Amino acid sequence: MFIYTVKRFALAGLILIVAVTAMFLMIRAVPGDPVSIMLGPRATPELKASLIEQMALDQPIWKQLLIYYGGLLRGDLGIDVFSGRSVVDIVFQQLPYTLEMIALSVVWSAALGIALGAYAAAHPNTIIDRVAAAVSVSFVAAPAFVVALLALLIFAVQLQWFPAIGVGEGFWGRLNHLVLPSFAIGLSWVGYIARLVRASMLEVLGEGHIRTARAFGISERRIIMSYALRIAILPVVTVIGVGMGFLLSSAVFTEIVFARPGIGKLVIDSITTRNYPVVMGTVLVSTGLFVLSTAIADLLNALLDPRARSTK
Amino acid sequence: MSNSRSELSIILRGVAKDPLGLIGLIIVGTIAVSAIFAAWIVPYDPIGMNIPDRMQGPSAAHWLGTDNLGRDTLSRVIMGGQVALKVALPAVFGAMAIGLTLGMIAGYGPKWLDNLLMLFFDTLRSFPTVMFALAVVALVGPSLQTVVLVVMATSIPTYGRVARTQTLTLRNSEFILAERAMGASMARILGVHMLPNIIGVLGVLAAMDVPTVIALEAGLSFLGLGVKPPTPSWGALLKDGYALIRQTPWLVVGGGLPIILATLGFTFLGESLRDVVDPKLRKNR
Repeated sequence: MFIYTVKRFALAGLILIVAVTAMFLMIRAVPGDPVSIMLGPRATPELKASLIEQMALDQPIWKQLLIYYGGLLRGDLGIDVFSGRSVVDIVFQQLPYTLEMIALSVVWSAALGIALGAYAAAHPNTIIDRVAAAVSVSFVAAPAFVVALLALLIFAVQLQWFPAIGVGEGFWGRLNHLVLPSFAIGLSWVGYIARLVRASMLEVLGEGHIRTARAFGISERRIIMSYALRIAILPVVTVIGVGMGFLLSSAVFTEIVFARPGIGKLVIDSITTRNYPVVMGTVLVSTGLFVLSTAIADLLNALLDPRARSTK
Repeated sequence: MSNSRSELSIILRGVAKDPLGLIGLIIVGTIAVSAIFAAWIVPYDPIGMNIPDRMQGPSAAHWLGTDNLGRDTLSRVIMGGQVALKVALPAVFGAMAIGLTLGMIAGYGPKWLDNLLMLFFDTLRSFPTVMFALAVVALVGPSLQTVVLVVMATSIPTYGRVARTQTLTLRNSEFILAERAMGASMARILGVHMLPNIIGVLGVLAAMDVPTVIALEAGLSFLGLGVKPPTPSWGALLKDGYALIRQTPWLVVGGGLPIILATLGFTFLGESLRDVVDPKLRKNR
């Protein structure tokens, strides 16, 4: 397990290094002089010179890359061109808003999905199972930002049950503002998780120890709740970890639709103002989050299911 | 050739027998037909402005109302389907072709090449899709081609990994060993013998991938970073509708429902195709 952990994190580190280098080279490969693009045509020569010095643009490219890596190691992602604030500060100030929205989405959709999946597996091929299956596929299909827009239109604009924009004040206010966004992000996960749990539950229910438990006369309800479910929800852990990239992507749109602060709003705002250091910093932090959550999901999976360790 | 045609009709018949597959086939067929003949069936010019008729709700003259420039929403929805497929089809087929080639090479070639390609796939996959798309669009500017390229790049790893796994399981099967013993070249083995065995699974993957691509294109256009106005796209409709959500909510419905319908159609079709093409993948259904 120790060797697997080291290997998995080494792979994650390698992926991040390649990703950072690729990003960096891509930005430098864009035709035109980055300084004029960032500052616009009316920048004074002094301003340009100071930015060139600040971003080390007068150095050869490999040296720039090393300087950037040096900064990364010290937790420095550069400076916001406009406000002069550190990019790390800006990104980590916005990140909690995004994470709380994603966390709430995952919690409600996983809870409902697991319940639906377990119920369907306990009553296979009944009408409820079939309906749940069809609904699951349909929910999987709904892109988060379309759901977000329709939810905004129906529940905020027309019915006015929930606030349309912002984050709100106090615990209940904040929660109230989170309802529609996390509904939009979580909806497609309900069906996905339900299908996953149903399939893995049916597999577990066919195994020997469950048959033994049945032979002992333990109630079906207890078998499902305390024996089968514990094993059947393992894949959910992996899927949520691997789905982090997907969740972050949904969060970008949802934040725009509901005008919530967060890294999605940050990256879009920075793109429209051509604030490259902030764009790059946000993309890197979210990539890092994604790589980390995938690695943790793999490790958890290996910890909980020893068979997974040997595959890689 | 006649052989492969009869195979296709067998697959289609199998899909049509499954109720969900039939629904999927009908939805996808409708979208495809209306996209192909869009120019002839639109009731109005999708980019023609008509200021006196602006911001009208649904009526007999404009079934889905008009936007703030008086453009007919239904016409824009139909034309938007064409734009969606123009992005989705090249992106999906491009990604499939590249992913298939790289994946087969990774599965069949030397170990170091395999490791290198896997690292490439893993890296490409490690960017959250939308963040990657936004970074590229920020750098090179929004356009239809950019969207196609970005979408293609992000889905290459999926096809690559599946093609690699399939190649790995096939490479030691008897008919490949026999072919190798007869001195067939790598290109011949991969192209003539492996490809027909892998393409079915990838085709299923492609059908399932189309909705993701359509949603991404719509999402980028919604953010104003996809296809440029006045090109009618479902995402652009959502953008216009969102800006005036209190005045012209029918734009949000007009842009949102086709995306959900298209997603449903392609997902149903893909699921049903999977059951027909590869019954082994069918799990406890």
